[in-house]
Amino acid sequence: MDINAAPLLEVDGLWVRFGRTRGRFAQGQLEAIRDLSLTVRAGEIVAVVGASGAGKSLLAQAVMGLLPTGATMGGALRYKGQPLTPKRQRQLRGREMALVPQAITWLDPLMRVGPQVRGGDNRPQQAERQRAVFARLGLAPQTERLYPFQLSGGMARRVLLSTAVIGTAQLLIADEPTPGMAPGQAAEALGILRQLAHDGRGVLLITHDLELAVRFAGSIVVFYAGTTVEEALAADFAAGPAALRHPYSQALWRALPQNGFEATAGSQPHAGTPLPGCLYAPRCPLMTAACTQQNPPLRALRGGMVRCIHAT
Amino acid sequence: MELTGAPTKAGTAKRVAWAVAKTLLRAVSLVLAATLVAFVLVSLSPVDPVQQYVLGADAVSAEQREAIADYWGLDDPPVQRYLNWLGALLRGDMGTSLLYRQPVAAVIAQRFMNTLALMLTAWVFSGLIGFALGCLMGMWQGSWADGILRRLCLALSSVPTFWLGMVFLLVFAVGLGWFPVGFSGPIGMADGDVTLWQRLHHLALPALTLCFVSFAGVALHTRQKLVDVLQTDYVLFARARGAGRWHILKRHGLRNIALPAVTLQFAAFAELFGGSILAENVFSYPGLGSAVAAAGLNSDVPLLLGITLVSTLFVFTGNLVANILTRVVDPRTRVNGA
Ligand code: SF4
Repeated sequence: MDINAAPLLEVDGLWVRFGRTRGRFAQGQLEAIRDLSLTVRAGEIVAVVGASGAGKSLLAQAVMGLLPTGATMGGALRYKGQPLTPKRQRQLRGREMALVPQAITWLDPLMRVGPQVRGGDNRPQQAERQRAVFARLGLAPQTERLYPFQLSGGMARRVLLSTAVIGTAQLLIADEPTPGMAPGQAAEALGILRQLAHDGRGVLLITHDLELAVRFAGSIVVFYAGTTVEEALAADFAAGPAALRHPYSQALWRALPQNGFEATAGSQPHAGTPLPGCLYAPRCPLMTAACTQQNPPLRALRGGMVRCIHAT
Repeated sequence: MELTGAPTKAGTAKRVAWAVAKTLLRAVSLVLAATLVAFVLVSLSPVDPVQQYVLGADAVSAEQREAIADYWGLDDPPVQRYLNWLGALLRGDMGTSLLYRQPVAAVIAQRFMNTLALMLTAWVFSGLIGFALGCLMGMWQGSWADGILRRLCLALSSVPTFWLGMVFLLVFAVGLGWFPVGFSGPIGMADGDVTLWQRLHHLALPALTLCFVSFAGVALHTRQKLVDVLQTDYVLFARARGAGRWHILKRHGLRNIALPAVTLQFAAFAELFGGSILAENVFSYPGLGSAVAAAGLNSDVPLLLGITLVSTLFVFTGNLVANILTRVVDPRTRVNGA
């Protein structure tokens, strides 16, 4: 990771809410993401790790400007230092920022694979580029004439990734790019992402799989109940709980198979549950009365960030 | 890589032959069932066909009535009568219409063209208008324009055909005088002398009625399909790659909704046929629809069965085309040869 590289994407205090914003029933809102901050630089993979169903996907949609109707967002998004307005998001989508498709359903079932990977671009150069990308990813040339339903699992993954490789996008957002994959396949997919990062792109990897994130990402953002609780280097996770800062990160580490599979009691509070203090308090072994006073702010600690008043 | 190999020629031919045989079998059994039902219904009718037949003529003696009934085979048991009809049909004889006193085949031939012209006009226009409108509504789903149009379509698709026909008749024919009140040509003019323009002029109002009652359904269906497509992952992904609204409609929308729309349009033959019966009766338009109503009301069994036969085959053809289209056009079934 090159700390000195200019940030590609900066997310600062992002929140996403559902429900009415206008009208009389503003209290009917659901806060799915609150006070989320992270930075992605060129050449690195930043992983956002959290349990499934914690609203992580909304992060990708918020950055791309593709939030579902009914969702509102706030906070600051910047791309290459400039604010990401809806207009700019529209201009940058597909050109500067790209989504890495998750599953074969992200391809039009009635369209041959080649033209889909090429996007709307019908120039011969683009077809050549597509063939080069297919070759690079080990896809046979005739693959481009197939329909998505004819692809085997392994081919499908590579075709999906090729949509990210072929583009010019500097920032790649991969939201759970490995669902239902065997460990070897997931590693293959992430290996391709890492190559892309080596080529100088920035990758925002959103996943529930801490193990993969530790293996492939440079830094890890731990996501809990809609907010960032810790930002650490992947190396800190590799080093063990002592190097980690937040009790939840330590619990995640202990839950890894090689560390004893130890599950933490309790479950994540539902998005929008109005807890006055620290959202982790109900499950936290270090909890004190002070923890329930207010949501702790994110603070710098030992080269990372943590949202915990007792972390040392 | 698992690519289904191209099916062998002989294998394909065999499969096609089997499919054709199955289709024919289905068509025949359908026709038998439909005509049987029609026959049973008309047999239960209290209307005495002989009475209807001699209505105009004075002083028909009981013996003469008896002779007519005998000639038509009315005294045979119903099963015998149905089998008689079936036997004649197999010899290519559809019988003689009691009502029109002409061979049934001639009556149908003459009226089928009228109905076909009416239905085809309504079919094409309701399909095109409905599809275009549905696309627009789907693309701006949730907007106020979509809301208004959707309610309008819902209202329109629940309006009975005959009622709409009468409203059009009152407004455009009686009130404004833009269109003739009925029939397929000017009254009193020999059929051969009617110009194409006059035919179209007479066709317009019933076709408009029929088009109006069916395009709303097409529009609503198209809208729903497009809304579904726009919520798929692949459209979200297309948007994430920078595609705009029209680009998405052109590239993914039309591709994915065209086939169901066309299929539905062919499958809608039955509905359109039902609608045309009502419209033809309101406008006294001499098509199959008005003939079938007259045949039913007058216990004209040969004509009723003849029209049932033809319309069943007609609707069956529509469904068949719909099925074949699904098979041939969709790559998921085509490439697999399934
Ligand atoms: S702030 Fe308190 S409750 Fe929250 S994580 Fe830290 S110690 Fe636990």
